[in-house]
Amino acid sequence: MFVRPFGSGEMLLVKKIVWGVWLLATLGLAGYYGWVLLQADDKSELLIGEATHGHFQIELACSSCHTQAFGGGEVLQDACVSCHGDDLAMAHDSHPRKKFTDPRNADLLQILDARQCVSCHTEHQNEQTHPMGVTVPEDYCFHCHEDIGERRPSHANLPFDSCASAGCHNFHDNRALYEDFLVSNAGGPWVRSVAQLAERNAASLTALPKLPVPVFDEAELMREHPQVAAEFLASSHAAAGVGCSGCHTGADQQWLPRPELNQCKTCHVGEVETWLQGKHGMRLAQGLSAMSPSMGRLEFHQQSENGHQGCTSCHGAHKFDAKRAAVGGCLDCHADQHSLAFTESPHGLLTQQALNNERPWSEAVTCATCHMPRLVNGDTGIKVDKESVSALGESAVVSVTHNQNLTLRPNEKMIRPVCMSCHSLEFSIDALADESLIQNNFKGKPHQHIESIDWAVKRDQR
Amino acid sequence: MKNAVIATALAVSALALSGCGEPESKGIDPKVYTDSLFAVMKADRTNYTKLIVARLGPNGADVIKPDEHWKDIPNGALLPAQMFRAGAEAVQEMTDDFTYSLQSVWPINSQNAPKTAMEKEGLEYIAANPGENFYGEEKLGDVTYYTAVYPDVAVSEACTSCHNGHKDSPKTDFKLGEVMGGVVIRVPL
Repeated sequence: MFVRPFGSGEMLLVKKIVWGVWLLATLGLAGYYGWVLLQADDKSELLIGEATHGHFQIELACSSCHTQAFGGGEVLQDACVSCHGDDLAMAHDSHPRKKFTDPRNADLLQILDARQCVSCHTEHQNEQTHPMGVTVPEDYCFHCHEDIGERRPSHANLPFDSCASAGCHNFHDNRALYEDFLVSNAGGPWVRSVAQLAERNAASLTALPKLPVPVFDEAELMREHPQVAAEFLASSHAAAGVGCSGCHTGADQQWLPRPELNQCKTCHVGEVETWLQGKHGMRLAQGLSAMSPSMGRLEFHQQSENGHQGCTSCHGAHKFDAKRAAVGGCLDCHADQHSLAFTESPHGLLTQQALNNERPWSEAVTCATCHMPRLVNGDTGIKVDKESVSALGESAVVSVTHNQNLTLRPNEKMIRPVCMSCHSLEFSIDALADESLIQNNFKGKPHQHIESIDWAVKRDQR
Repeated sequence: MKNAVIATALAVSALALSGCGEPESKGIDPKVYTDSLFAVMKADRTNYTKLIVARLGPNGADVIKPDEHWKDIPNGALLPAQMFRAGAEAVQEMTDDFTYSLQSVWPINSQNAPKTAMEKEGLEYIAANPGENFYGEEKLGDVTYYTAVYPDVAVSEACTSCHNGHKDSPKTDFKLGEVMGGVVIRVPL
């Protein structure tokens, strides 16, 4: 069969069509992604990979980290520091950026540029992210400390990747793990006694802000809603003289049916600000919708999956029962093994005894005792039992952090402000390094012993 | 003749004008620069040791507690070497024009042992030649540095007693006035 070749006029037409299609496709794609970038609520198509457990909640708030459209690593570095800088400073960061900027470290930086957070914590690579959000092989300590065995015979044959994974060291926060601290806190019974936590005093030391002038007939409101009134009148809000108007007055003096963070923040600035830093509030902090268990990566009760996180999701409206919030607020949603084991755990039993008035509430060890701990002067390095706090005198301001992540990872951050109120350092280190004990919510003794204190004491006595 | 006069006048003018430009800037001699920096560092370091630590510490008014873990204890204060290092770190956040560090061939913290060949040579030189400094050039990464090493001398009893009694100190017989280490100052060329 004979096929007639295209003439020059036809070739020109074909070329025009191809170029036209290419141009339309390019403009179409550019327009679509431009619309996604600038206008669309759902920006998931722009993600280059799934975010880690630390950031997945805000992965669609791109500008949280990518604060400028143009710019190199310094833009990301600034974003990291803007959220995590204060915590690192409080942790007495063992490896701050300034340790690596001397040119004498140029050869080491070629192996691992420790000046940049993203060198070890690369985002959008969730599939290859280790615990603590680390994305480099876990032998990273070796590059600078390969000769440690020469000065510490006890370390001579330890695996390269065991420094920060065996309960001995952390890259950033070693406040409960440094050698002199181990020596000075060696020994002692695994549990001394059930400590009484210091009372919160932050609110009482702060002047009550100016509350909205009541413009509603509160007596009438209470008559209309007797159940709500009964719960409210038994609350700490009523005791403090905060009426309906204190929370329910919106803009232009209008009735606000559902008070939100801003109303709570009028009086509870610290609580709201720390809550916005944690996993429960970080979406709201970035202008996204409130966090819901259905968005989470942990195990949750099915009936709670569609609830949205806010102050009242744990504290309950009108009652504002802190005791309920400290346990029920968590267990209403969380259904992982650790959470489910709480009720039957030694800590859970102490809480139940306190709820039964068999011991003071200050001796209850609730979910919040460990995960939203009381802090002295906002510092996670200070013990919060009554005895320790009273020794600090009037300078001690005790508040409750609502950032559940502050002491969660690495879990050794919990040792000083939480565990050591009742337990020895040795037990605390061993227990937090025992995954099975964590899973059963510390029911029993650790199955392994971390030798760091033994080695430190031995070296000190030499 | 007329042309020769004009040519001579132009040549003289050109010669005269060539001298009107800005004198060529030679900048400060790196040695003078590092010597001056070291003078300030040494003065501050000695003053902190004698006027703060000795005066207000356990051997004086006992109102501050100089300690390696100063952040972790009430009224904790930096040890003189830590104060020096804090200054070096603060400088690094302000400028890239120079860096400095405190090092020793007998370091308590092994990270403060000499790393580069020139650091080793310089520290060994000042230890073997009391009262002398060491100067040289070295290339680190892609940058060439003027590197100066100055002796760090034990100026008070606090220096020797702390180093001699520290479990990580490789040398335990330091005496007052002895070279304990060196200050390494680097200027990118």
